Amino acid sequence: MKLWNHYHTPHTIPEALALLGDYGGRARIVAGGTDLLIESRAEGHAPHEALIDITTIRELCDITHDGETVMIGAGVTHSQIVKSTLLQQQAACLVESCGVVGGPQVRNVATIGGNVAHALPAGDGTVSLVALDAEAEVIVNGDRRWLPIRDLYLGPAQSLLNPSRDLLLRFRLRGTKPGEASAFNRIMRPQGVALPVLGCAVWIALDEEGARYAKARVCIAPVAPTPVRSEAVEAALVGQATTDATLASAVAAAHATLRPRTSKYRATAEYRHEMIEVLLRRTLITALERARSSQVS
Amino acid sequence: MSVLMITVNGQAHEIDVPESRTLAQLLRLDLGLTGTKIGCEEAECGICTVLVDGTPVNSCIYPAFKAQGRAVTTIEGLAQGETLHPLQREFIRHGAVQCGFCTPGLIMTASALLDENPDPGVEDIKHALKDTYCRCTGYTSVIQAIQSAARHKHGAEPLPVNDPEVDEPMEVISRSVSPQQVVEKVTGAAKFTDDFTFPGMLFARTLRSPLPHARILAIRTEHARTLPGVRAVLTHQDVPAENLHGLVYRDWPVLCADVVRYVGDAVAVVAADSEEIAAAALGLIEVDYEPLTVVGDPKFAHSPEAPVLHPNHPTGNLLKHIKVRHGDIAQGFAEADVIVEREYHTPTTEHAFLEPECAIGVPAGCLDHEKLTVYVGSQIPYQDRNQIARAMGLPEEQVRVIGTLIGGGFGGKEDIAGQIHVAMLATVTGRPVKMLYTRQESLIFHPKRHATIIRIKTGAKRDGRLTAVEAELYGDGGAYASLSDKVMTRATTHATGPYVVPHAKIDCYAMYTNNVPSGAFRGFGVTQSAFAVEQNMDQIAALLSIDPIELRRINAQKVGVTTATGQLLRESVGLLETIADVERDMHTHHPSQDFAWTWREGHKAYAWGIACAYKNTGLGGGAPDKSEAEVEAYEDGTVEVRTAAADMGQGIAHVVAQCAAEELHIPYERVRVLLCDTDLTPNGGPTTASRQTFMTGNAARIAASALREAITQSVAEMFDVPPQQITYEEGLLRYNGSRVSVGEVVAWMKQHGLDARARHEYWAPKTEPLGSGGDMHFAFSYATQAALVEIDMETGEILVKKVLSSTDIGRAINPLMLQGQIEGGIVMALGNCLTEEFIIEDGIPWTRLLARYKMPSIKHTPEIVSRLVEHRAAEGPYGAKGVGEIPSINTTPAICNAIYNATGVRIYAIPVDQDALLRAVKAGQESIMTAWSDVR
Repeated sequence: MKLWNHYHTPHTIPEALALLGDYGGRARIVAGGTDLLIESRAEGHAPHEALIDITTIRELCDITHDGETVMIGAGVTHSQIVKSTLLQQQAACLVESCGVVGGPQVRNVATIGGNVAHALPAGDGTVSLVALDAEAEVIVNGDRRWLPIRDLYLGPAQSLLNPSRDLLLRFRLRGTKPGEASAFNRIMRPQGVALPVLGCAVWIALDEEGARYAKARVCIAPVAPTPVRSEAVEAALVGQATTDATLASAVAAAHATLRPRTSKYRATAEYRHEMIEVLLRRTLITALERARSSQVS
Repeated sequence: MSVLMITVNGQAHEIDVPESRTLAQLLRLDLGLTGTKIGCEEAECGICTVLVDGTPVNSCIYPAFKAQGRAVTTIEGLAQGETLHPLQREFIRHGAVQCGFCTPGLIMTASALLDENPDPGVEDIKHALKDTYCRCTGYTSVIQAIQSAARHKHGAEPLPVNDPEVDEPMEVISRSVSPQQVVEKVTGAAKFTDDFTFPGMLFARTLRSPLPHARILAIRTEHARTLPGVRAVLTHQDVPAENLHGLVYRDWPVLCADVVRYVGDAVAVVAADSEEIAAAALGLIEVDYEPLTVVGDPKFAHSPEAPVLHPNHPTGNLLKHIKVRHGDIAQGFAEADVIVEREYHTPTTEHAFLEPECAIGVPAGCLDHEKLTVYVGSQIPYQDRNQIARAMGLPEEQVRVIGTLIGGGFGGKEDIAGQIHVAMLATVTGRPVKMLYTRQESLIFHPKRHATIIRIKTGAKRDGRLTAVEAELYGDGGAYASLSDKVMTRATTHATGPYVVPHAKIDCYAMYTNNVPSGAFRGFGVTQSAFAVEQNMDQIAALLSIDPIELRRINAQKVGVTTATGQLLRESVGLLETIADVERDMHTHHPSQDFAWTWREGHKAYAWGIACAYKNTGLGGGAPDKSEAEVEAYEDGTVEVRTAAADMGQGIAHVVAQCAAEELHIPYERVRVLLCDTDLTPNGGPTTASRQTFMTGNAARIAASALREAITQSVAEMFDVPPQQITYEEGLLRYNGSRVSVGEVVAWMKQHGLDARARHEYWAPKTEPLGSGGDMHFAFSYATQAALVEIDMETGEILVKKVLSSTDIGRAINPLMLQGQIEGGIVMALGNCLTEEFIIEDGIPWTRLLARYKMPSIKHTPEIVSRLVEHRAAEGPYGAKGVGEIPSINTTPAICNAIYNATGVRIYAIPVDQDALLRAVKAGQESIMTAWSDVR
């Protein structure tokens, strides 16, 4: 079964945009293709007229850090992220979430841009980017701009980007400083479901004494049509002591505000409800340990 | 078409190819490098793995033009000339190659790992090979091979091979020789059906019913026929003779005429210049359907409201009612002090052999093919020939079936797939025609393991002795009979477990439904009944406060007892020894001095669980069971064994070669094997029922022994010495202090008009039909397994840490490869328990993608300890009996018993749902009746 007719490997952003223009809506952007091509095969559609591969655009395939901001190209693969010592220090949750996606064959081609553009409510890399408060640089309808990553999502598998017109270029996020840390964890089932039962990424900043949460960002998904921050949980943490009691109140806040659904063959609502507690506790404890040790060193 | 510049295995190519090519297609179709296999085209199975600039990728979804300017390494590029890569060598040494279809993917993925990590630990290997599947080996030998290769690569001593201990090894028998064609399998040279091409070959596809049950009102093919490049479009009207096939009942249309009975039923076939054109043509065939009431489950099928699916079947939707009657069931329960009655559910499961079905038809008179010829990787080549001939209206002698290598079967390649369709298309077009199923098509099309509902009532006395078993089984046979009759008979006759049960009453209803047909699958029904039997045993043990091992020992079958079908067991019943082995190993492998069935560490609960099993060898039940083999010696001192016995990875090829080498006293390396050519090899019968070692092993053994007699006689005549003074040694014959080689004797024989060839048709000991009270089977294999599980009591996640097994197989002909059967069987059964379910909703398969059917990956592989018990079977070759199925039977109940011991929750439906398990733990429930598919 043929999945596409033409395959283009542009080397610059203008070249990619020109190709999109030439095809007038009949071409679409592809990166690793591990979601797009498998879905195309599963759905048995007519071949895509043309695929425009952005992973040959060099500037979209780098990870950089200017001391303040970390930049990650949309064409950066999951393997690049996992192996990046820079990201291991600056964005531990992103490294963890990209490390659990697929096997090496998939991670070697699947990109972080593809994960975000696919716009699943619980994409592993996406959940971490949300907790890291990342911004995305996009070209939407010819207009190049930065926007908060959360604004990219319109609904399940629906993003702001039109894959036949627009480009997702890169992400930026603030690096992790002493006293700050992030962590990711998820629950899977071993049967035929590729998507996680539940994923959780947290980013925290401790106060100078390491005694209280100064800031916190938490993303637990899927609990909504798009990946969202759990503001009630964050509120239950910020300003509070790093104690078991605070953990318990964060869990209580999560249970009070998050309403996970039952998804067929994936998880019941009751199970997800239980997993919210397990994941939040495990992830927060890991992040807390990391933040404390970064403060000591 | 565009120019692609690419370096493959060090060679630069500049090649004009369509931009739509995937890298796998480019390698296989344009460059002829067929070592890279395609298993799913979903980036799921990983067997298509190649390296692009040194990193592993799934070539099946990797666009060829993405590799523009890059360097690709495939399995063909790994060896340095004749010198194998350390991974290739160690895969052979450690017995990590069975069918060989996934081997290139495993080796390529592992080679990238070793380039990055010169000394990987087990967890590193599991991480790297997580998405590279193997369905045969169970991965244990794969892990050893990779670690050994790593050591070899940096100059350390390779790891010793974990060769099991055996009794009384002979010259070649009970020696772990390398399997046949293993070098070809590790280098990518081995040819499976899709690796063959012929000049002028067309490509075929099948139009399948989208509805589970419907009347066909009209089929219009005009538009498809006129699509450029289409060479033939055939429907039921084009079937030359009988439009039916089937191994037991002939109820399955070659192409549906008036009604479709499941999603996947074949309605039309197309042959075209390319696969793309054939696929496009399918979309142009118009079929008008009138939907009919769907019979979605076996109990509804049995009700008067259900429409009758096969009006010609004498008992309506009741495909077969199977009965076991033994003793007096009322008396049995009257004698019981405790009774346990429970209902168990098992799902439809899928073989997921990694090679999708493929067949190539070549018409008579085309390209040196005198007859209509079909190339296919089939488990039963002679029955393929029979079924092709009947549909084509030809005498069997005018059809030739040539068996290729088989990329796994496990029972799923016994029924007709594309064999008749390619025969028809080749005949009509006058050209070779290849029909390769996509993975997605294979999933919906081929017969599966029966879903069952098993209600079982077990009675026992206070001292632990079983008094009675009463059971009712419903089996979902699906749309066509396939092997349902035989499979469900085995489920029924084995429903007492391997125990002495004086009173039994068992009824099984195999039902026609509108689900995917069910047929043979490793374990052949016994996998299902053991799930119920062995959990009832643990519940009896608990009620009586008897240790579960002791309860099994009390009731174990042994020589001199009678089975519930009335068979007196006269020999080769090693069950008690297997129990003793496993009990001993449980203590050795227990983490502390004092054995405990269960313990806690933080939020993790641990427990052991145990289960026993038995499984017949051979067809039994009164079916005539025979196998034929021919052995021929050549002037160069080599020997060829010829038989049509399919080797789907289990290793009958090396078994017959070992038998011949042993009998002829020649080195194993001098024996080659020709399998599965209906013109050149005699009929070895079906590869099913764990029968080939016993049956074709015996045929080869006896034929080789007759050949030895003929050679000895010739030497006696050549040198005028009494035959009894002639001895054999390393391929030489010694007499009177002189010696002569086998080759020289063969030359002499030919000069004197004698054939250096012997053929033997081996007939199994006679068996009796169920109900007659005689011997239903001529041999049984026995096994005990213990599983150690770890349950995360916060999440319900289940991890099987260890499986300890002991198996009575009579004799290990090839100990290492036999151990591979056991390890692979255990991991397959672990999947049956924890991960696998083919989900059908009202006749519509949800499991349309391999992504929706997870077989165990290397991550799931537990530590496996397997011991062998060799209670010789007098009739078996050197005492051997079957091993193919026995390891796949008791792993599931052993794990479920362990889950109960860890959590207090009894599992009545599989695959075990961690979601339901956790909820049951939290709610204090003692059982779960729901499985994964009930999450909705």
